[in-house]
Amino acid sequence: MRSRTPRPRTFQRGLLALLLPALLATACVDEPGGAAGASGDEIKVGILHSLSGTMAISEVTVRDAELLAIEEINAKGGVLGKKVVPVTEDGASDWPTFAEKAQKLISQDKVATVFGGWTSASRKAMLPVFERNKALLWYPVQYEGLESSPYIFYTGATTNQQIVPALDYLASQGKKKMFLVGSDYVFPRTANKIIKAYAAAKGIEVLGEEYTPLGHTEYSTLVNKIADAKPDAVFNTLNGDSNVAFFKQLRGSGITPQTTPVVSVSVAEEEVKGIGPENVAGHLVAWNYYQTTTTPANDAFVKAFKAKYGADKVTSDPMEAGYNAVHLWAEAVKKAGTTEVEAVRKAAGGITIEAPEGTTTIDGENQHVAKTARIGLVQADGQIKEVWSSPGPIKPDPYLKSYDWAGGLG
Amino acid sequence: MTLGRVSLVVCVVLLAVAPLALSPFRLGLLAKYLCFAIVAVGIALAWGQGGMLTLGQGVFFGLGGYAMAMYLKLEEAGSAGLPDFMVWSGVEELPALWEPFGNPVFALAAVVLVPGLVAFLLGLLVFRQRVRGAYFAILSQALAAAFVILLVGQQGLTGGTNGMTNFTRFFGLDLSDPNGQRAVYAITALVLGLTFLVAKLLVRSRFGRLLVAVRDGEDRVRFLGYDPAVVKTITFTVSAVMAGLAGALFVPVVGIISPALLGIVPSLELLVGVAVGGRFVLAGAIAGAIAVNYAKTVFSEDFAEGWLYLQGGLFVLVLVFAPKGLAGVVESARLRWGRKPAEVVA
Repeated sequence: MRSRTPRPRTFQRGLLALLLPALLATACVDEPGGAAGASGDEIKVGILHSLSGTMAISEVTVRDAELLAIEEINAKGGVLGKKVVPVTEDGASDWPTFAEKAQKLISQDKVATVFGGWTSASRKAMLPVFERNKALLWYPVQYEGLESSPYIFYTGATTNQQIVPALDYLASQGKKKMFLVGSDYVFPRTANKIIKAYAAAKGIEVLGEEYTPLGHTEYSTLVNKIADAKPDAVFNTLNGDSNVAFFKQLRGSGITPQTTPVVSVSVAEEEVKGIGPENVAGHLVAWNYYQTTTTPANDAFVKAFKAKYGADKVTSDPMEAGYNAVHLWAEAVKKAGTTEVEAVRKAAGGITIEAPEGTTTIDGENQHVAKTARIGLVQADGQIKEVWSSPGPIKPDPYLKSYDWAGGLG
Repeated sequence: MTLGRVSLVVCVVLLAVAPLALSPFRLGLLAKYLCFAIVAVGIALAWGQGGMLTLGQGVFFGLGGYAMAMYLKLEEAGSAGLPDFMVWSGVEELPALWEPFGNPVFALAAVVLVPGLVAFLLGLLVFRQRVRGAYFAILSQALAAAFVILLVGQQGLTGGTNGMTNFTRFFGLDLSDPNGQRAVYAITALVLGLTFLVAKLLVRSRFGRLLVAVRDGEDRVRFLGYDPAVVKTITFTVSAVMAGLAGALFVPVVGIISPALLGIVPSLELLVGVAVGGRFVLAGAIAGAIAVNYAKTVFSEDFAEGWLYLQGGLFVLVLVFAPKGLAGVVESARLRWGRKPAEVVA
């Protein structure tokens, strides 16, 4: 069967245009020149989050917070008298794409630094790119620790600033039997490894450890297992949509926060909105920042965010960490007097800002930041009320070297 | 010279001068497109020539990729050490499955043999039972989904969702050095050329004609005394080996292998390239794979917000106005110019 024969002239051109578009065009779009990062009166920075795919719903909010911080810096005259210009790329919830776009930002846009990533997988994919190019990445999400790249600054919590305080809190509440639930990827698995080491040392019993694939939505079996095991508390490292199904089915089975509280480390204000506050109210979460955190900087942050993006928007821990990252970088550049990577790295140690979460200081040794740990109780209106906080910012310890029970982990 | 010859020469020249004209970053991207083009040749064989709509090429791509990645990781870790991801996954001893991959010869053989063997056994089972059409497509897709779940679940063995990343050396080549990257590009281009040649010879041979006959009338071929299951199994195996080779090259080219590359969606994306280029013509499939992946790069760089719509729109446009892909457009143009029609098997 032959299709209709089209007019030739168009196709003569079409043929030429279509035959080798990639090769020809690739040759045309090549790198423009320009000095690294700062050229003329502008400083280019990369923003690399997933704007499409499963992670977009979370990462877009972090991007928004980072853009807000850039806007604030520019309103105050920029950095070193230059305007900060963001170059946005889409990581597309795909780890190799993160690596590719990171390389593009570094070698083509010649950005001074990159703010980006959410999942550990995306960070692991970008790490070799930044180390190879000796370029800087600011990673804004709490993660599983056991990493300290000289070319990454980690502005989210490491385990001793989130998971360990949450375990201390549960222990202080007399919880002796725990059930672990997580999505099947590196953060939950590593987090649970730490939890089991902690439990073994402190006489806490782990009744079960269950993993479900990312995006999983059928939790009746798992909820039944929890009901049978009767733990004092559930430690939840599920990520994304799965939380919606998990909390709904948990509530449906009659397990209440009064008998069996669930402590989540990946459920923040944005996720509570998605799960439905009625399904998760009364359960616990562990973070370093809530929209309700009372500091002058947070009042200003929440107000500015709502003014820019809409009154119905909420702010959350990763957003705040992304917002901090931009300000911390700007301060480090001011101190260094240049955007040059090694100078900024050297200047960054000890940089302190009054962030929405309180005083936040960069640890020069492991390039994480000191953060205050906070346990929160989810309210019926979707906000989170702080019920406990660490006495002050906790020094980051990504390899848990200062904890005896964590000996075999690093 | 015919049009086909001219474009072949132009392509070879362009590929040869690319390392001089492109920055290392762009050259790396081109090498990545070439990896996908190698898979596309295999798909064009199985689907275009053999009528086997394989929605699970990601599995074979992954098998080749992981085999290569395991060797590179072991090479990096040295004789005593463990690959980085095992350390943070809590694995203390090298799993037995990993042991032989320390040997480069074994790893290279595995790149070819493992995808080939899996496809061969699967093909024997499936084609013997006369599973074809949509049922074969669904089966291959289910295989891709199952493969991803298996990889993610075995974090200590495979690196889980993260996959494996952070490769610095490839058989003595320094992957962070522009010259090392050029060499990897050259190897990829060479393998693509060889793949194309093998596929071309296969299509032109007696076997190739038999394959097309099986596609167009399987029962008739059977009545003539041939066994279509054997013909299909061999073709499917060849296409899987090509995907495996592409996966193995993808590792040093892009520097990562992860389940995100092997599931249903990426397997479909591989198919989209072939459909856009034209599945009945090998060169069309290559051009399609390169063009679609290049379009992905350009759209996502220039329109970070809405690039997926552009990508989708392009696909729809091509399939609406040129259902046989770009190669179909070329063929129509040739007909119109009054030259003798292109052979059905180009």
